[in-house]
Amino acid sequence: MSRHTLSVLVENKPGVLARVSALFSRRGFNIDSLAVGPTEHDDISRMTIVVSVEELPLEQVTKQLNKLVNVLKIVELDPSQSVQRELMLIKVKADAESRSHVLELVSLFRARCIDVAADAVTIEVTGTPDKLEAFIKVLEPFGIKELVQSGMVAIGRGARSITDRSLRALDRTA
Amino acid sequence: MTERMTGAQALVRALEHVGVDTVFGIPGGAILPAYDPLYDSTKVRHVLVRHEQGAGHAAEGYAQATGKVGVCMATSGPGATNLVTPIADAYMDSVPIVAITGQVASAAIGTDAFQEADISGITMPITKHNFLITDPGEIARTIMEAFHIASTGRPGPVLVDISKDALQSETTFSWPPTMQLPGYRPVTRPHSKQIREAAKLIAESRRPVLYVGGGVHKAGAAPELFQLAELTNIPVVTTLMARGTFPDSHPQHMGMPGMHGSVSAVAALQQSDLIVGLGVRFDDRVTGQLSSFAPRAKIVHADIDPAEISKNRHADVPIVGDCKEVIGDLVAAIEASGQKGDYTAWWTTLNGYKETYPLGYETYEDGSLAPQYVMERLSAIAGPETYYVAGVGQHQMWASQFIGYEKPGTFINSGGLGTMGFAVPAAMGAKMGRPDSTVWAIDGDGCFQMTNQELATCALEGVPVKIAVINNGNLGMVRQWQTLFYDERYSNTDLQTTRRIPDFVKLAEAYGCVGLRCERPEDVDAVIKKAMEINDVPVVVDFVVHQDAMVWPMVAAGTSNDDIKIARDMAPNWENEDE
Repeated sequence: MSRHTLSVLVENKPGVLARVSALFSRRGFNIDSLAVGPTEHDDISRMTIVVSVEELPLEQVTKQLNKLVNVLKIVELDPSQSVQRELMLIKVKADAESRSHVLELVSLFRARCIDVAADAVTIEVTGTPDKLEAFIKVLEPFGIKELVQSGMVAIGRGARSITDRSLRALDRTA
Repeated sequence: MTERMTGAQALVRALEHVGVDTVFGIPGGAILPAYDPLYDSTKVRHVLVRHEQGAGHAAEGYAQATGKVGVCMATSGPGATNLVTPIADAYMDSVPIVAITGQVASAAIGTDAFQEADISGITMPITKHNFLITDPGEIARTIMEAFHIASTGRPGPVLVDISKDALQSETTFSWPPTMQLPGYRPVTRPHSKQIREAAKLIAESRRPVLYVGGGVHKAGAAPELFQLAELTNIPVVTTLMARGTFPDSHPQHMGMPGMHGSVSAVAALQQSDLIVGLGVRFDDRVTGQLSSFAPRAKIVHADIDPAEISKNRHADVPIVGDCKEVIGDLVAAIEASGQKGDYTAWWTTLNGYKETYPLGYETYEDGSLAPQYVMERLSAIAGPETYYVAGVGQHQMWASQFIGYEKPGTFINSGGLGTMGFAVPAAMGAKMGRPDSTVWAIDGDGCFQMTNQELATCALEGVPVKIAVINNGNLGMVRQWQTLFYDERYSNTDLQTTRRIPDFVKLAEAYGCVGLRCERPEDVDAVIKKAMEINDVPVVVDFVVHQDAMVWPMVAAGTSNDDIKIARDMAPNWENEDE
């Protein structure tokens, strides 16, 4: 099985997330990661979905997704031709003695310290899943109190936009 | 031109504008506002059914008999959930229906209010699309969109759930509204390169077969199919959903493929070197064990739904498009190329199977009735102009096997979902859509007891359907599996209807229908003729048949088509497939 990143442009309407996620589970696919948010166009939301599947079932699920009336466009993003990022907030034990060690790692990973308490710091870090995993590993010895992670978002490299054509389709019907 | 009116009035007006003439439904609290303007409509006839499931299947029967969109209506909660089965049925068989349901007032949605059910959530996996409307201003546009989605591309059910306050409050109505479906663009025009490729494979093949499914009739492509078949001289198999799309009497017709298909049809697929699938989905009931299905065949697969292509079996030549255009283009491409395949040896093989293994059945020395004989006589007496509507089970398979279908769309049944109880309400819908045609429902005694309440609707609304109950006293198909695979342990399949509980003749009479009974082969013709003569009220004929009759041939579930049995422990002798 291999990981695939799908960018799915959908109409910004109630229930669309449920339709998409239900379709994956109904057809027997597990979603590794899912992120949804608005785009530069008010009427369009964008989902980034990461799934681990073989090539053929991926084709099948893409075709099924395309049949959803609210789905405008699906693009598979090649990791080498796109930028892929996750966001993580992580609360680590850090007292006066260990704090400087933690902060050193924060700067090494180009993360940011966003909250400090007497015995803990909260760190914000973005990156690929590999980087975040590595960061968790080096922080573990200090004691991770809490961790929250976003789904992956991704965008293609270069000047081309995947939203252009879908926008035109929307304009035609408006 | 815009007018002020209530959401309910806008709904009825929109239904009139999209051309609805018949709605099957039952009112209730949340949908009540819509029933008031419906009462005044002179264009839309509302048929008050006895159970919402009946409304849904009637809409399906209407849609399949007419090619138009069938419409059913129900209230919120239980009214809506009773529509779930027919909606799922329509989804599996790609039947264009629109279900309109009332919903609790928008302020009450999500509060577990009286008769609240999240029907749009519930039907999400079984509708082509659905809508929840809380703004009366969206009603007209949504109705137009719902009918457009249901009837175009691969047809299917669409549900429109409307909150009670949206029906009650005022809005402005104007027609036609502008549809807003930027993500809905069905492809109908096939790719010319794929068409040429398919034509080339057809000319090169030695053992080709046209595997015809429900999509061909839905596309209105039966004439093109006929042309293609005669032009190429390729054998044709018609699936359960395609019976009648190609005439049974045509010498190129090999029968129905699949679990209860004819030996010649199953062999035509299994031993072919090229399967041209048209409007089919390589369903498990046709392919049997997928890994051993037609092992030497290349596949040309044409369907309007891209997701069907290569879903179950890899397509060497995928063609996305409407079957009417696909087949028309294919005919043109073959004519243009001037090339023809040589299928002489193939025809010798297949005609051999057809002659050696015709469909047959057991007759009984005790004078009891063989159900297959009833089908043969029905076919002979009612003829190919009749619409036959079957339920699900043994009687459905016999109806498919032993009735001769000559016209597209004349066999209506529940194929994909296999919904027992389909026949009576679907026959009612078909008869309302085709009032000048004879409609025979062929039902089992199990099926009949699930939905026969619609006899009341038929009797009161003047819908003179004819219903042949093939009464073997059992859930026959389940019993057949128990005979074959469960050591004849008949767990809970004996309905004891041969004890006349209920007495179907009396039941029919109680519902204002004519009830007839037939128990001996020598009476069959007379009873059918008598039923054919009654055209003012519905007729129910209780055909009491032998309980041990089985459906043959059979490919046991999960096994290879190569292991088809023509009777218990009897397999056909395959010819040397290496020619």
